[in-house]
Amino acid sequence: MSKQATRTIKVDTLARVEGEGGLYIKLKGDQVQDVKLKIYEPPRFFEALLRGRNFAEAPDITARICGICPVAYQMSAVHAMEDAFGVKVDGQLRALRRLLYCGEWIESHTLHVYMLHAPDFLGYQDVIQLAKDHPAVVQRGLQLKKAGNEIVTLLGGREIHPINVRVGGFYKLPARSELAGLTERLKWARDAALETVRWVAGMPFPDFEQNYTFVALRHPDEYPFNDGRLVSNGGLDIPISEYDANFAEEHVQHSNALHSVLRQHGAYFVGPLARYSLNFDRLSPLAQEAAREAGLAPVCRNPFKSIIVRSVEILYACDEALRIIEQYEPPEKPAIDIHPRAATGYGCTEAPRGILYHRYRLDEEGSILDAKIVPPTSQNQKTIEQDLGQFVPKFLNLPEEDLLWQCEQAVRNYDPCISCATHFLRLEIDRG
Amino acid sequence: MSSKVRRKPRIAVFKFASCDGCQLSLLDAEDELLGVAAALDIAYFPEASRAMVKGPYDIGLVEGSITTHHDAERIQEVRRQCKTLIAIGACATAGGIQALRNWKDVDEFIRIVYATPKYINTLKLSTPVAEHVPVDFELRGCPINKHQLIELITATLAGRKPNVPTYSVCVECKRKGNVCIAVAQGVACLGPATQTGCGALCPSFDRGCYGCYGPMESPNTESLSNQFRILGQNNAEITRAFRGFNAWAWQFRKASEESERT
Repeated sequence: MSKQATRTIKVDTLARVEGEGGLYIKLKGDQVQDVKLKIYEPPRFFEALLRGRNFAEAPDITARICGICPVAYQMSAVHAMEDAFGVKVDGQLRALRRLLYCGEWIESHTLHVYMLHAPDFLGYQDVIQLAKDHPAVVQRGLQLKKAGNEIVTLLGGREIHPINVRVGGFYKLPARSELAGLTERLKWARDAALETVRWVAGMPFPDFEQNYTFVALRHPDEYPFNDGRLVSNGGLDIPISEYDANFAEEHVQHSNALHSVLRQHGAYFVGPLARYSLNFDRLSPLAQEAAREAGLAPVCRNPFKSIIVRSVEILYACDEALRIIEQYEPPEKPAIDIHPRAATGYGCTEAPRGILYHRYRLDEEGSILDAKIVPPTSQNQKTIEQDLGQFVPKFLNLPEEDLLWQCEQAVRNYDPCISCATHFLRLEIDRG
Repeated sequence: MSSKVRRKPRIAVFKFASCDGCQLSLLDAEDELLGVAAALDIAYFPEASRAMVKGPYDIGLVEGSITTHHDAERIQEVRRQCKTLIAIGACATAGGIQALRNWKDVDEFIRIVYATPKYINTLKLSTPVAEHVPVDFELRGCPINKHQLIELITATLAGRKPNVPTYSVCVECKRKGNVCIAVAQGVACLGPATQTGCGALCPSFDRGCYGCYGPMESPNTESLSNQFRILGQNNAEITRAFRGFNAWAWQFRKASEESERT
C-alpha cells in the first residue's frame, strides 16, 4: 500500500456484555496501531469497603460485585475464609457447593450462548429477534437457563445474590426429596444441552486459532469448580496460595485497564476454553463424546468456538448435578463450626468466566484487614486486546458495519463481565 | 378512533454503578420475557441487544447509583428522555453497597484499590437516582424481585398503581407460617424494619434478614437496635447491620449513625 491512511473502528457502547464498555481500534494502513477495550463502568471500591467488615459478611458483600455470577464470588470468599481459619468443608456439604455452582454455570453459560453470543453467528441484533424466526430454539434456551436458576433458587433461596451460603457450609440444608424434585427437569435439561451442543456446532466459525497460554484449576479427579491447583499449558502448577507470587497487575500507559499478567510471561487466558483444554480428561463421558461429535479436539484454540465449549460445559454441569442429586444424603449439620483467628486466606474457584481469586487478611476477631479480588475479566483483558490486534487485519476488506460487528463478536467470545472487572480497573475515558 | 395501529410503548434500560443483577432480572423472567417483548418495544437495552433506538422512551428503567460527574449529567439526560422513570434496585433507590464510601474518605478508598489514583474520577458520595432527578417509582431490592418488576411494568402500561407492598418482612414471614427466628433462636433479624419483597427469604432459611429491600414504610429502628443489644450485639455489630446494601436509605442511615455514636 502506498497510502497509509489512518482509520479508526469505534464501538461506543458494547452491547450484549455484562457492564459498560466500549471498543477503540486505530489502524494505519493495514497495521493495527492501538486496541483498547474501554471501560467506563464506574468503580465501586469493593476491596476498600470490605475493610472492617466481618469475615461472615464477605460472601454476601462480594456477591454484589456481579449479578450474573454471584455464586462464584460467594464460593471464592468462603474458601478463602476457611483457608484462613484452617477448616476444610468436605463430604456432602462440599458436594452441595458443587451443585450450586452447576446451577450457576448452566444459568450463566446459557444466558451467554443463547442470548448474547448466538445472535452474532446468525446475524440477529438480539435474542428477541432470533425468537421471531426460531421460537422453539429460543424457548429451549430459556427453559435450559431456567433449569440452572432452579438449582440456584432451591439451594440458595433466589437466583441472583443467593442467601444460603455461609463460611463453613450453608444456613439450611435441602431435604433429599427437594433435590430429587429437580431430577426430571435436569434430565430434560441434559437432553436440551446436548441439542444445544449440536446446534452451535453447526454455526459458521472464522478460521482463527491463537497460541494461548491457558490458566485454569486442575483437580486430581474432577472437572474443576471449587478445588484444585492452578495450572497452565506452559508448565505452571502451583497451589492457590502462590497466586500473588506468579501473577501481577500491570499498568500499561496506552490502555485504560489494569492488566493481569503471568510473571515472566505476559498475557494469559482464563475461562471455558482454558478450563476445557486443560481438563478435557476430567469431563464426563457424555460431555466428552458430545465435544468430539461437535468436532472439538481435546484442546480448542479458536475463541469463536467458545460457544461450543460453553455448551459442552452446560451439558457437563447438568450431568454432574444429576450425579450429585442422586448420591445426596443430608449431612448432620448445615455448616461446620468456625473459629476466627488472625491469618491470611486464599480462595480461587472457577467462575463461569474463569478463575476468580480472593485473598483476605483477617484479625483475631475475624475482621477483614485487607482484601484482594481478581475477577476473570481483568485477567483476560490483555488477551482480548491481543486477539483483536491479530483478528482485525484479516478482515479489513469487509464493509465497515460488518467489520465492526465482527470485532464486537470477537470481544463477546470472552463473555466479558465488565461489572466484575471494574471495581478493579483503572478508569480513564479517552476522548481522543 | 384512528385506524392506525398504535405504536408499542418503548422501554429503555439504563445502567449506572451496579452489578447488573437487577436488569438481569428481566432476562431471568424466562417465562415472561417473550411476552414482555411482544407487549413492549425494547428500544434500548445494551446488555441484551446491539440495536439501540434513540429516545424518547415511554418507560425508563434505571439500575445503579450515581457516583461520577459524568453519570450525574447522564441521569439528567435519561430523565428528559423518559416519560415514566423507574429506579430499580438498592443501588438506584438507596445508593447500594458502594454507598459505604459515604462515611469514608473516598480518596483513601481510591488509594486502596487503584495504584494510580489521579486517573480515577469519582464523586465523594454514592447516591440514589431520586437525589438527582424526580423518579416516578422506586422498586426496592438487592436484587429486585422479578415478579414485582413484571407487575410494575404491567401496571405502568395499564396506568394503574402497582401492587408492591411496603409493609415489613415480618408480615410476610408470619403469613408463611415461619417460627420467628429472632424470638425462638435469638437471631438478630432486620425483618421488623425491612420492607418485604423477597418472600421472607432469609428467615425461611434459618438466618436473620439482612435488609436487602431497605426500610419498610415506618420502621422503628431504635426499638430494633435495643432488641439487638438484648440479644448480645454490640454497637459496632448494630452499625454494620444497618450499614449494608441500603445503608444510605435515611432511616437505616440514621440508625447506623446512632449506634455508631453510642
